[in-house]
Amino acid sequence: MAKKTVIETTLNGEVTEFLCEPRESLLEALRDTLGLTGSKEGCLTGDCGACTVVIDGRAACSCLVFAVEAQGKKIETIEGLASREGLHVLQQKFLEHASLQCGICTPGFLMSSKALLDRNPNPTEAEIRYALAGNLCRCTGYDKIVRAVVDAAKTLNSGARAA
Amino acid sequence: MAASNGKNFKVIGTRPIRHDGVDKVTGRAKYGADYAFPDMLFGKMLRSPYAHARIKSINTDKAKALPGVMAVMTAADLPDLPDRVESAGEAPINVAHLTQNLMARDKVLYNGHALAAVCATSPHIAEEAVALIEVDYEILPPVMTVEEAMKPGATILLPNLRNKEEGDKQTNVASHLQFKRGDVAEGFKSADYVVEREFKTAMVHQGYIEPHNAVAMYNSDGKGTIWCSTQGTFAVRGLSAAVAGIPEQDIKVVPAEIGGGFGGKLTIYLEPIALVFSKMTGKPVKMVMSRADVLRATGPTSGSTIRCKMGCTKDGKLVAAQVWMAYEAGAYPGSPVGAGAMTIIAPYVIPNMIIDAYDVVVNRPKTAAYRAPGATNAAMASETIIDELAEMCGIDPADFRLQNAVAEGAAQTAGPPYKKIGFVETLEALKNTPHYKSKLEGPYRGRGVASGFWFNIGLQSSAVVNLHGDGTASLVIGSIDIGGTRAAQAMVAAEVLGIGALDVRPQVADTDTIGYTDVTGGSRTAVTTGVAVFQAAEDAVRQLKERAAKLWEKKPEEIAYTDGVLSTAADPSKKLTLKEIAKQFARTGGPITGRANVNVRGVGPSFATTCVDVEVDPDTGKVKILRATCVQDVGKALHPSYVEGQIQGGTAQGIGWALNEEYVYDDKGILRNFGLLDYRMPTCLDLPEIETVLVEVPAPGHPIGSRGVGEVPIVPPVAAVANAIARATGIRMEVAPMSPPRLLKALLKKRNGADSQAAAAGR
Amino acid sequence: MHAINYEAPTTVDQALKLLAAHGEKARAICGGTDLIIQLRAGVRRPEHVVDLKNIADMRKLSFSLQHGLRLGAAVPAIELHESADMRRYYPGLTEAAHLIGSLQIQSRASVGGNLCNGSPAADTTPALIALAAKGRVVGPKGERMVAAEDFCVSPGRTVLNPDELLVDLQIAAPSGHSSDAYLRFIPRNEMDIAVVGVGVAVTIDPADDRCIDARIGLGAVGPTPIFAKEASATLVGKKLDAAAIDKAAQLAIAVSSPIDDMRGTAEFRRHVVGVLTRRTLAIAIERARSASSR
Repeated sequence: MAKKTVIETTLNGEVTEFLCEPRESLLEALRDTLGLTGSKEGCLTGDCGACTVVIDGRAACSCLVFAVEAQGKKIETIEGLASREGLHVLQQKFLEHASLQCGICTPGFLMSSKALLDRNPNPTEAEIRYALAGNLCRCTGYDKIVRAVVDAAKTLNSGARAA
Repeated sequence: MAASNGKNFKVIGTRPIRHDGVDKVTGRAKYGADYAFPDMLFGKMLRSPYAHARIKSINTDKAKALPGVMAVMTAADLPDLPDRVESAGEAPINVAHLTQNLMARDKVLYNGHALAAVCATSPHIAEEAVALIEVDYEILPPVMTVEEAMKPGATILLPNLRNKEEGDKQTNVASHLQFKRGDVAEGFKSADYVVEREFKTAMVHQGYIEPHNAVAMYNSDGKGTIWCSTQGTFAVRGLSAAVAGIPEQDIKVVPAEIGGGFGGKLTIYLEPIALVFSKMTGKPVKMVMSRADVLRATGPTSGSTIRCKMGCTKDGKLVAAQVWMAYEAGAYPGSPVGAGAMTIIAPYVIPNMIIDAYDVVVNRPKTAAYRAPGATNAAMASETIIDELAEMCGIDPADFRLQNAVAEGAAQTAGPPYKKIGFVETLEALKNTPHYKSKLEGPYRGRGVASGFWFNIGLQSSAVVNLHGDGTASLVIGSIDIGGTRAAQAMVAAEVLGIGALDVRPQVADTDTIGYTDVTGGSRTAVTTGVAVFQAAEDAVRQLKERAAKLWEKKPEEIAYTDGVLSTAADPSKKLTLKEIAKQFARTGGPITGRANVNVRGVGPSFATTCVDVEVDPDTGKVKILRATCVQDVGKALHPSYVEGQIQGGTAQGIGWALNEEYVYDDKGILRNFGLLDYRMPTCLDLPEIETVLVEVPAPGHPIGSRGVGEVPIVPPVAAVANAIARATGIRMEVAPMSPPRLLKALLKKRNGADSQAAAAGR
Repeated sequence: MHAINYEAPTTVDQALKLLAAHGEKARAICGGTDLIIQLRAGVRRPEHVVDLKNIADMRKLSFSLQHGLRLGAAVPAIELHESADMRRYYPGLTEAAHLIGSLQIQSRASVGGNLCNGSPAADTTPALIALAAKGRVVGPKGERMVAAEDFCVSPGRTVLNPDELLVDLQIAAPSGHSSDAYLRFIPRNEMDIAVVGVGVAVTIDPADDRCIDARIGLGAVGPTPIFAKEASATLVGKKLDAAAIDKAAQLAIAVSSPIDDMRGTAEFRRHVVGVLTRRTLAIAIERARSASSR
């Protein structure tokens, strides 16, 4: 068994260190080593998006990233989406639009949506659906999720404060 | 129970932010796999690579010897349970089959059937150890379809399985049910149009995003705790006790948040294994299924073969129906064919009918409930034939259904006549939607309509309302929240107490904290737990009146409680709000707790009608869903947003079932698509907006008028899509899913002039 | 997953030394979106995983009208879509890269890695074939250029020796009126592996609207991605009307040898290859016609 190594990464804005074996995924490091269980395991094959985190500004499936690859990167997880001032506009809109039922896919959707809006602040509904196609939801039929993202984009563009 | 139909509600029908919402959008909510304890161990199962085999021997020595392995288990470590039936939620369960399904004894009966397990210090080590277990299998021929299983001379799966009709003969047919009314032969003679088709629907999975999980701790005092994502903590307790051989009263089940269930988490897979491992090792043990395990070895719903024949007069009056239906039970008996039989023509008044329904075992995973289990398969058959008859009569499909619709007083397939129901109202409402009124134009475009029926069950629920000194309340229930029900239940309590929805804090409690509550399933939460919560809040109100009576020196009967204010007609100057009297709880007798325990019977069913517009690519057979609307009678929506959500979710699942979802086994019975790449569920790019219409025909006997809403929306969509394809292309598909290769084959055959019904149906 | 060792060289030479040292016991990784799944499933069991993403040379995407495109093998697919030059000059390849999996997959998966995975259904390979892309393969004995259509030898296997690396892919600059297109058939609208993939590049003479050059690449209809040589040749020198396109489509069908699997039947694939060849050609031709002189 390969020895564990110390990995230093920037996690939700804070420099963080953790130990991991090479075979561990970033998802395992987040959930099992760092106790950040907000990112979820749904499939381990990159087909459901429940484990979505943002790495250096891009959404990625943390189940398909080795934990060691976090070295030197900037990683954002659901735990860092809200700020001291309150929920991110996306989180607020998901609540208002009832965009979650069981909620297991919600962290993944929020991180994918954030990555989308950070790059494309004014997406069309088609662009939103395309960007979120890597996140599966089995409860909602996606309708209220898409409405929430549309509404969040509108609110952010109107100058409302984002976290 | 006083019905409150037509009353103006203050809280019911509004859309507050759900109480557990912030935890869920911040990732703080704890689902089963999120639980972790110091010195926790990890369990993994060994699963059969074969579809059907005798287990000659299992050698776990190498696995035990791997450093980091703490325990190994086979069926020898679990009690050998007799063929005995226990109640677990909606349906009785044979505990011998249950325990054998969790850990095979003499035979493995499907690819993925568990037969051993390992417990180790890391999940990776557990996985490595599982690979070191040596099993000597005697491979047997796999039986993969109902046709193969029912053939004379078929390989037998369960040597002890018998059915009433075949006496002592070994069989793969677990049961045969029959429903009859009138005289079908005479009925068909009087028909002007008769359509008869044979349908096949594929096995599909509920597809919840969260795999099954369990964390268990068995303490040295003989008391165990299980944390898991489940639809029913009391079911987990009872079934785990039986399988593990531990007394039920020594097990506490704590509900984690659940990441989807849809019926698939009403039973157990990992819980007793984790508990026994904890007993063996003295440490907490966590087990989480992989997605491949979920698809191979949990409980998808039955594939089926349904032969359906229906006849009507040229005026569109249905006169006769004849159905033969065989459903895959999987490795052990218990498909939902009975429910399929009871729902297939339930929405219609048909004087002559005969339905023969067969529950058949095959070498596939043991089926579990999937949202209105059995009904979607059935509707694919009946609702498409009805559409065909409507087309032959030249009658609009909604009108055809209206002409034949059941209403209050009509006979059910089994059971007493319908009380007040809202089927007709859903059809009329559909006709009034912008969707239905809009013109659908363009080549290869079509509009399909289908209706669905599903029961709501009652059963047992318990609720406790604690009033706090600041005039707010907390609500304790046992109904697991899979889609927003804790918020809706808090709203029920808030309505009765006359306070705001957010002034009631709901909690879904463990099996020690709340009274026995049946599973979250069967569309029962609003109709049964809702009643318990209503009554518990009324019980609290009764006590409030007693306190006011004490303070005002009046009799409790003289006290009124309206919109959160106590008053007495005898003295209009005396008023106390809940907030005010709460400050006086201590001096008037102590805290106030309202409670209620119910076992509700005779709950009415739900109806839905779905309309789908499709566009077919004639050169590839790909179907695009242009527009979808589902109209459902919800009685009285507690929280409309979450009711809409149930309808949208069920519709989306139905569309996936219609277009691309199916289990694909090879000729050796090995599952080929055990991942979400090739078990294709709809993404948000595959679906349009899903429009919903909530029809509110109050349910008789319910204090608020609510009906169950969770299941019926999944019943119509497969047939609605099939009907839309038929209107778009002239092709009546007889196989679900109507995937592009099947539809293209039918399109090409039609284009090339083939006239056989079978060829043109995509088979 | 079995236990592995992880190494992250920062130069091609370092990477080659590691591969030479470990031989068959090592596997190179770029995006990992195929490899990590294979490791978990036990399909591949290398002891050493050599991460190429820290090698600057392999992460460069450079394009100029003089030299064309040099696409480092570790460049994430999403960067193609984010490059205005890529969208303008190689729209088909860019679209193919933008169709791989989801955005989450595209932020990690690379076109080079996709090619090295050796799947006959890889989305970008037919587009690479159409553009006459060549892979620069580097090993202890030096460099060689391998045409995209020659890269994959059987499902999951490529021409790479265990001690070799694909460092970049090179595509000539588009000339005059030329452009490319890629279409695939999948049952859903995203996330699926291509059931059929067709990549087409055409060059048209604006004077008489005749085809100067055409290449058709096919995916998921054979044990490897296919360069449809005859189908391509039949278009050269012709006016690209319906008859010419139809002929090419028939020849594309003829060179396909698809199988039945859980994603589609052979019969289905054969029919859809024809349909997509027509549709992809139509798009590429339209783009080529309107490509302004550069």
